[in-house]
Amino acid sequence: MTDSKYFTTTKKGEIFELKSELNNDKKEKKKEAVKKVIASMTVGKDVSALFPDVVNCMQTDNLELKKLVYLYLMNYAKSQPDMAIMAVNTFVKDCEDPNPLIRALAVRTMGCIRVDKITEYLCEPLRKCLKDEDPYVRKTAAVCVAKLYDINSSMVEDQGFLDQLKDLLSDSNPMVVANAVAALSEINESSSSGSPLVEMTPQTVNKLLTALNECTEWGQVFILDSLANYSPRDEREAQSTCERITPRLAHANAAVVLSAVKVLMKFMEMLPSDSEFVTSLTKKLAPPLVTLLSSEPEVQYVALRNINLIVQKRPDILKHEMKVFFVKYNDPIYVKLEKLDIMIRLASQANVAQVLSELKEYATEVDVDFVRKAVRAIGRCAIKVEQSAERCVSTLLDLIQTKVNYVVQEAIVVIKDIFRKYPNKYESIISTLCENLDTLDEPEARASMIWIIGEYAERIDNADELLESFLEGFADENSQVQLQLLTAIVKLFLKRPSDTQELVQQVLSLATQDSDNPDLRDRGFIYWRLLSTDPAAAKEVVLAEKPLISEETDLLEPTLLDELICHISSLASVYHKPPSAFVEGRSGIRKSLPASARAGSEGVESTESQAAPAVIPAQDSLIGDLLSMDIGGPTVAPVAAAPAAPFGSAAMDLLGGGLDTLLGETSSSPAPPSALPASSAALLGDIFGAPAASATYVAPKTTWLPAEKGKGLDISGSFVRRNGQLFMDLTFSNKAMQPMLGFAIQFNKNSFGITPASPLQVQSPLPPGVAADASLPLATTGPVQKMEPLTTLQVAVKNNVDVMYFACQIPMHALFVEDGQMDKRVFLATWKEIPAQNEVQYTITNVMHSADSNFTDTVVSRMQQNNVFTIAKRNVEGQDMLYQSLKLTNGIWVLNELKIQPGNPNITLSLKSRTPNVAEGVFQAYDNILHG
Amino acid sequence: MIHSLFIINPSGDVFMEKHWKSVISRSVCDYFFDHQRKASSPEDIPPVIATPHHYLISVYRSSMFFVAVCTTEVAPLFVVEFLHRVVDTFEDYFSECTESIIKEHYVVVYELLDEMLDNGFPLATESNILKELIKPPNILRTIANTVTGKSNVSSTLPSGQLSNIPWRRTGVKYTNNEAYFDMIEEVDAIIDKSGSTVCAEIQGYIDCCIKLSGMPDLSLSFVNPRLFDDVSFHPCVRFKRWESERVLSFIPPDGNFRLMSYHIGSQSIVAIPVYVRHSLCLRESGSGGRLDITLGPKQTLGRTIENVVLEIPMPKSVLNCGLVTNQGKYTFDPVSKLLVWEVGRIDVTKLPNIRGTVTNCHFSALYF
Repeated sequence: MTDSKYFTTTKKGEIFELKSELNNDKKEKKKEAVKKVIASMTVGKDVSALFPDVVNCMQTDNLELKKLVYLYLMNYAKSQPDMAIMAVNTFVKDCEDPNPLIRALAVRTMGCIRVDKITEYLCEPLRKCLKDEDPYVRKTAAVCVAKLYDINSSMVEDQGFLDQLKDLLSDSNPMVVANAVAALSEINESSSSGSPLVEMTPQTVNKLLTALNECTEWGQVFILDSLANYSPRDEREAQSTCERITPRLAHANAAVVLSAVKVLMKFMEMLPSDSEFVTSLTKKLAPPLVTLLSSEPEVQYVALRNINLIVQKRPDILKHEMKVFFVKYNDPIYVKLEKLDIMIRLASQANVAQVLSELKEYATEVDVDFVRKAVRAIGRCAIKVEQSAERCVSTLLDLIQTKVNYVVQEAIVVIKDIFRKYPNKYESIISTLCENLDTLDEPEARASMIWIIGEYAERIDNADELLESFLEGFADENSQVQLQLLTAIVKLFLKRPSDTQELVQQVLSLATQDSDNPDLRDRGFIYWRLLSTDPAAAKEVVLAEKPLISEETDLLEPTLLDELICHISSLASVYHKPPSAFVEGRSGIRKSLPASARAGSEGVESTESQAAPAVIPAQDSLIGDLLSMDIGGPTVAPVAAAPAAPFGSAAMDLLGGGLDTLLGETSSSPAPPSALPASSAALLGDIFGAPAASATYVAPKTTWLPAEKGKGLDISGSFVRRNGQLFMDLTFSNKAMQPMLGFAIQFNKNSFGITPASPLQVQSPLPPGVAADASLPLATTGPVQKMEPLTTLQVAVKNNVDVMYFACQIPMHALFVEDGQMDKRVFLATWKEIPAQNEVQYTITNVMHSADSNFTDTVVSRMQQNNVFTIAKRNVEGQDMLYQSLKLTNGIWVLNELKIQPGNPNITLSLKSRTPNVAEGVFQAYDNILHG
Repeated sequence: MIHSLFIINPSGDVFMEKHWKSVISRSVCDYFFDHQRKASSPEDIPPVIATPHHYLISVYRSSMFFVAVCTTEVAPLFVVEFLHRVVDTFEDYFSECTESIIKEHYVVVYELLDEMLDNGFPLATESNILKELIKPPNILRTIANTVTGKSNVSSTLPSGQLSNIPWRRTGVKYTNNEAYFDMIEEVDAIIDKSGSTVCAEIQGYIDCCIKLSGMPDLSLSFVNPRLFDDVSFHPCVRFKRWESERVLSFIPPDGNFRLMSYHIGSQSIVAIPVYVRHSLCLRESGSGGRLDITLGPKQTLGRTIENVVLEIPMPKSVLNCGLVTNQGKYTFDPVSKLLVWEVGRIDVTKLPNIRGTVTNCHFSALYF
């Protein structure tokens, strides 16, 4: 006797039969009938017509029957709202039942009935149940609030259920806490405002952490997910929270593990990356992730998508675990493809041999998608790990020999990329590639092959014939191939103009006259005109050097990555898209990783840079600036107010003249000048008249303000660093006919917060035809605003004639501070930690070579004098490698690697910094120091 | 959270649906069927499918698809884990989980699903608690119920549900107190042609069957706990104690459960109990291939090796196998292309061997 009997039907009307059974007096019969009704319901039959009869069975002591009727109600109340009212009384009565199971069941079911009229009656019982003595009822009621919110959010807010729910966060029972957290986060998710309902305080967090240890696995997931939204106040709190969460990594439930990983990854951001704690945490994170890969394939898939993110953020965690990502023969295809991705991410010089031999095996598998991706992976491997390029190429050649159509095509596509990455290295294989020309039928492969032919036309004797053969079916080709063919033939023509003229004319006419594709036509016209007007220019354009490609192209963009790290374990991490991109009606609160405590200053700077990216400040803000200055803004002079009168309408002047200059001159914008009277600056001359003897590179003074713009005042100057203090050395020359007096200086907000540390001391009055030197000590405590370029400083100088504005460049080396020497270990860790995309390369050309042997030492000492400290020196294959660090006045560390080859006048400089936009300035500084 | 659940059989019929919130039309499964058509085998359907308004998260077990429908951002692993738990519970209740079994016990299934999830939030998933709420069906109880008019739904709150040890009910009593531990180790190894191990790792489990009265507090220590660096525990294990002393200390649930699982990576040396000597050639003269495999014991520490089964997934082009074994019997499934040889016990004096020919189809598309 099994339940399947409920599915059998008789020939008579089924509904009719059920109806009569439901109205039977015998309890047993009734129950059987309800079961039949439920059975029909589960398989999707419409039994709503029986509503009144089923509801009649509700008044019963039999819990099973009650449950079945409740099940029915939940399904059909919506379609029969008037009838559903009949059930309300029973619900309300059940909420008072002495049996907690029945109380909970009633409140639970009521929440599932999505009928407005019923919800009204729900409020009172729910309020009682939220305070019920039995935790089972309380925890059910907590969920019910979320249900109610879904039906009628304003009612929940009006009735104060949210506050009651928040109170449950401090409940003594961990299960109640977990459910309250779950309900709150669901309400949060669906609420329109999007702002968090619960302000996470350290106290709440503490309560949650306590509950975490005792509640069910699902509760742990809820709690961990909501902890992930919390930002600890400081390092210590982050660390102690991490410590309390770490045990969750050993949980048997994969969802708990991944949620714990999310919280740890997020909080780890706050801790100094070189601390022992982070190192040990990194070690602890690997085993649980590996364990996830031995569970069910569905779990593996989600885990792999997340590992993909984790590996990009912190490659260290899994760098020794390459083998677990090797594909197993019985993995589902979706797991295989994900594993391939991660293998490439983890590939390094140390394990590349292993990876390659695996990939080679995969390329002989049967699944086409997988094989293609494997071949692609070999190419990516070559691009990522330079040392492996040669082996990758030979592996690809082996694969081409298999003559399997799609393998060959895919291989050609990736070989094109390898050619671009390592020009002039592997061209010897072109002939092999050409053998397979006629098997290519996919547009991408054809386009790649054509690109190769065009690019190396000078080495392929029959390049013209090959391209001509492609040209025959030009009209039928995919537009990608057409474009590539056009370019390739033009390249060929530029390289071998003598015998390909006909060909190029043919392709140009095909592209410009016979094609409907505007891209193709335009490109054709451009080439045509270029070729007909100036072939030399055409050569420069078409055969220009191409930027190298790197493996970073397939990495996620760092800000997106950081956002996704905050969403580990969620759907966003599976799609690799921010939730706002795919969840409907989601308000745009984006999560971001907490800034590390040490990176604080940089963080400030970058936010400022977002606020004011424009070179020229908006006019109104400028007026504000000027006004505030007049009202006694941040002037440096203690004697500001007194002699303001002699200059009469200073304010008027500033506004009028200042704006005029601004509008007339776009290259530099005015800065708030100081209203500082210089009459007090009677002290002549330069206190620091004799510059301290130092080998610091000092740029020659440049003219910042020519006399014709400065109403007769000519200012030249430079920046210099003496005894750990930054100075601005200025020369004022009066080229006007009358003496000048009342000099004052002020800077606009700038990238490094540079501001005068003392008033300007210059000879006053300055007679006509006389030049006076002044040295202005500078502080770096002023307001910060990012300038473009970074080193721009906008200066306002005032005298009795007018306010003059000019902009000058602060040479970066003047900003290198004395304590820029980084510890060796810290250097190493920082270098690894800064993502590769922050690395910038530069070549310092024609550096004067003194004696070859100690040239490196010269560089070391000369840089040292300019506060660039050499951390380590290595000799690799005859090249000297120098590792240097420097620190800017605003605390930004810059790490450099110098490659010096004996006999080569050029030095290669690789720079890494968390704020790579300082790179240009640093390169300039290196150039200056080493040349000067 | 989880909005609805659809259970789909291999032929693509939705034979069971359950909604925890509003009803979602089963037409949402069409997106799933689209993917099913595209996939070459049922295992290859991606577990997370996005549709314009819903997310379908599915697991494939006992040749059925359990498709959960979600409408908001959820943790997919949470859903996947839950679905597996649902199937585990069914297996626990009905001893196996098939379409016919589910149909047979649909009321219990429905009650279970209702008890396991409320508004998409997991409610009770511990089998101990569920069994107290809803008694598993068995013939004796069915007869008793019909006679007495009782139901298999308990009317009292499970005792363990809200204690600090939710996995154990109170008042357990046995006349014979006993506890059994099974240690299961799966060695995953790749062995190259010459027989040397390329890589090997162990996935191990400790499964328990505990029948002890009252609230027993057990501790289990290992001879060499240093080996375990990657473990995951049943929630009952006190993690602190393990961290500090490497002792498993726990109050066990009643009945069968998995106490811990562990993973020992390829760094450690793994002793593999058997070796396989093979000579395989799938493309020899025309359409036939040759196969010759011998098994032998290795590092057994004097114990006999039993229940040996050898599985060879054959390439798609293989049509049939004509093989002879000197021990056990073999089967070849031409649909899944899986050759299974049930060897049984390995006798050192007469090593098991299988040999014979393999028939390929003519247009072989193989690349070895």
